[in-house]
Amino acid sequence: MDRAVVFPTCMGDLVSPQVPERTLGLLRATGCDASAARGGTCCGQPAFSAGHVDAARRVARTTLRALDRTEGDIVVVAGSCAAMMRRHWRELFHGDRDEETATRVSGRVVETSQALAARLPALRRLGLRWRGRVGYHDSCHMLRELRVADEPREVLGAVDGVELVELRHAKRCCGFGGTFSVRYPGVSVAMADTKLDEVSELGLDALVSCDGGCLMQLGGRADATGRDVRPMHLVDLLDEARPR
Amino acid sequence: MTTQHRDLLTETGFEELSERQLATPFIRQAVPKATDHTVAAMGALFADHDREALRDRGAAIRDEVIADLETHLVDLVAACEAKGVVVHRATDAAHAREIVRGIVRAADARTVVKSKSMMSEEIELNPALEADGVKVVETDLGEYVVQVSGDRPSHIIAPVIHLPREKVRESLSAVAGEQLPPEAEALTAWAREELRGSFLAAEVGITGVNFGVAETGTLVLVTNEGNARMTTSLPRVHVALMGIERVLPRMEDLAVMLPLLTGHGTGQQISCYVTMIDGPRREDEPDGPEEQHLVLIDNGRSALARSEYADILRCIRCGACQNICPVYRQVGGHAYGWVYGGPIGAVLTPLLRGDEDGGELAQASSLCAACDDICPVKIPLHELLVKLRRRRAEGDSAPRVEKIAFALWSRAWSVPWVYRLSGPLGRLTLLPLARGGRVRRAPRPLARWTSGRSLPLPARRPFHRR
Repeated sequence: MDRAVVFPTCMGDLVSPQVPERTLGLLRATGCDASAARGGTCCGQPAFSAGHVDAARRVARTTLRALDRTEGDIVVVAGSCAAMMRRHWRELFHGDRDEETATRVSGRVVETSQALAARLPALRRLGLRWRGRVGYHDSCHMLRELRVADEPREVLGAVDGVELVELRHAKRCCGFGGTFSVRYPGVSVAMADTKLDEVSELGLDALVSCDGGCLMQLGGRADATGRDVRPMHLVDLLDEARPR
Repeated sequence: MTTQHRDLLTETGFEELSERQLATPFIRQAVPKATDHTVAAMGALFADHDREALRDRGAAIRDEVIADLETHLVDLVAACEAKGVVVHRATDAAHAREIVRGIVRAADARTVVKSKSMMSEEIELNPALEADGVKVVETDLGEYVVQVSGDRPSHIIAPVIHLPREKVRESLSAVAGEQLPPEAEALTAWAREELRGSFLAAEVGITGVNFGVAETGTLVLVTNEGNARMTTSLPRVHVALMGIERVLPRMEDLAVMLPLLTGHGTGQQISCYVTMIDGPRREDEPDGPEEQHLVLIDNGRSALARSEYADILRCIRCGACQNICPVYRQVGGHAYGWVYGGPIGAVLTPLLRGDEDGGELAQASSLCAACDDICPVKIPLHELLVKLRRRRAEGDSAPRVEKIAFALWSRAWSVPWVYRLSGPLGRLTLLPLARGGRVRRAPRPLARWTSGRSLPLPARRPFHRR
C-alpha cells in the first residue's frame, strides 16, 4: 500500500478544513495509507510573491522541516501552494542550510487532483455519482507552473452523472493573486466578475477548482453579488458524490 | 495641439488610474473584444505550426544579441555607415531628443511626419519638437487619432483601442472643420487624404525600427498601413529611432523574428508591409531620402543587459502580453500611467524609470503567468515581476507598514503554536461582524477585501484539531 500525507495549507487548515479532511478520506478510500501532515503552517507563498523573501523563508522553513519528518507523497490541497513548494522552495532555500531538505521535500509534493488521478481505477470503484453540469476553473499556478490541467478533468470524468462543460476562458485568472486582491480590489473583483458571468450564463450547477485562493475569491464575489453560482473544491464535489 | 505626456504614474498610482478606467464602460467592452480577437487569430495562425520551436529559436537569437550587445551594435554601426547612414548613439532620453532636434534644425524642417514608434513615446520626442515650433504629424492612423484627440496610445500595436468610433469621428471632424460620416471606411479615407499633404510637405520623416540587421546594416520596419514607406521615402531626411537591443545578428534571423512578431502581434503570417531600408537614396535611384540618420538609444538598456533582468530585452514589442493579460483587458493601457502598459509595462517601467517612480507597477499583476506562455520570445515576465517585487521590498520605496506586517506575520507563523492560535483569534475577531458564517462588511484593512466580496470565517475546528 502506498503512503501519503495530506498538507492542508494554511487556508485549508484554518478556513476550509473539510477540504484536507475529505482529501484524506478519499485517499484512504482508494487504498492509500494516508495521514495528516502535522506541525506545518504555511508554504510562504504570500510573502514570496510579494517580494518578501526572508519572511517567506522563515515561515516555509517550519513547514519544510515538519514535512521532512513524514514519508510518502505530500498531497497539497491547493494548486498554487503545491506550485510554491514544488517549484520555488528550491530557489527559496538555495545556498541555505536547508537546501538539501528543500530539494528532498519538494520532490515529494503532488497536488490533490494529481494524487487522485493517479488512483483513478480505485476512485472509479467508489461508485461516485453526482448529477449536474460542472465547469472547471484552472488555478493559474497549478496550470502554468505545475502544468496540471488534465488530471482534475479526468477525476471529474470518473464521476457518474457529471457533465463537464469547458469554460471559454477556463484558463483565465479569477483575479485573486494573493496580495493583488487587496492592493487593487476594484480590478480584482472585475476579473472575478468576468469569470462568474460566464458561469451564470451557462447556468452551471457547480464551478470546481483545486485552489482555496481562487475559491475564496470566486465564492466571496458570488456571495456578495447574489449570483447563483456554486464554487467548490474538487474534493467537495467528490465527497458529495460518494454513495452514503 | 499638444501630445505632452502628463506624468500620471508619479501623480496618482495604479489603483486610482485603474479605477478610472474601470469606470469607463467602453474600455471593458472594447478592450476584451479586440484583444480576444487578436489572440484567437494568433491561435488559428499557429494551429498547424510548431509555435514552441519557433519561440525557442526566437529566444535564442535574442539571447545571443543581449549576451554581447556591444559587439553586435558595433557591427550594425559599421554596416550602416558603409551604406551612407549617419549613426548617432544616445545615452538617454534627453540626449536622444537633442540629437533629433539637431537633425530637424539642420534640415530647416517645419513639418515632421512620423511613423509609429514606441521609442519616440519613450523619449517623449513630440513635445520637444513642438516646443521648437515644428509641426509633428503622426501618420499611423491610430497614432494620428490619438494625436488629434490630445490623447495617448494605450496599446503597443493598437494605440487607439480605448476610443469608440464616435469619439474618433468627433476628433477627426474637428480637424476637418466639418462633420465627417460615421463609417470607419469614410473616416480612414478622409485621414488618408489629409495625411497626403503632410507627407508631401514634411522635410523630415521619423520612424522607429523593428529590427536592425547587423550583418547587412538593414533597418526593418513592419507595418500594415504603408505610412512608414512614405515616411521613409518622401521627406528629404529620414531619422530612424532604435532601442539598442533591437539588433539582430543576421539577415536570416528575420525568417524567425518576423513571423514571431506579426503572428503574435496581429495574428498575421506577415504584415502588409515589410520595409527593409538599406541606406539613403543612391545616385541611380529615383526616390528615397537624401539623408538618413540612425539614432541608437540606450536609455538604460546596456545596464539592463548586464543585470538579472536582461531577459526583458528580448522583447520585440508585439503586444501579445497585453492581449492575454487579464488585468490589462479590464483596465487598458492608460492605467499603467506611462508609455508601456500590460505585463511588459509592469516590468519595463520600473526598470527604465526606477522603483521610486515605477516600482508600484510590478504589483499590478495577479502573477497568473499567461504572459509568459504567450510571449513569442519566452520572456519569463511573471518571474521578473516577482524579482522586481523583491527589489522593491528590499529597497526604500516599499511602504514601511508592509515590511513590518510581513516581518511580524513571518515571526508568528514560523512558530506552530502561535500559528494555530491565529485561527480561533481570527474567528473571535470576525464573529461579531459575521452573518451566516460570512463577513460582508468589515473595517480597514479588511475592507480592502470585503468591498465587493464576502469573507468566510475561520472554521470552528481547524483541520489540525480534527
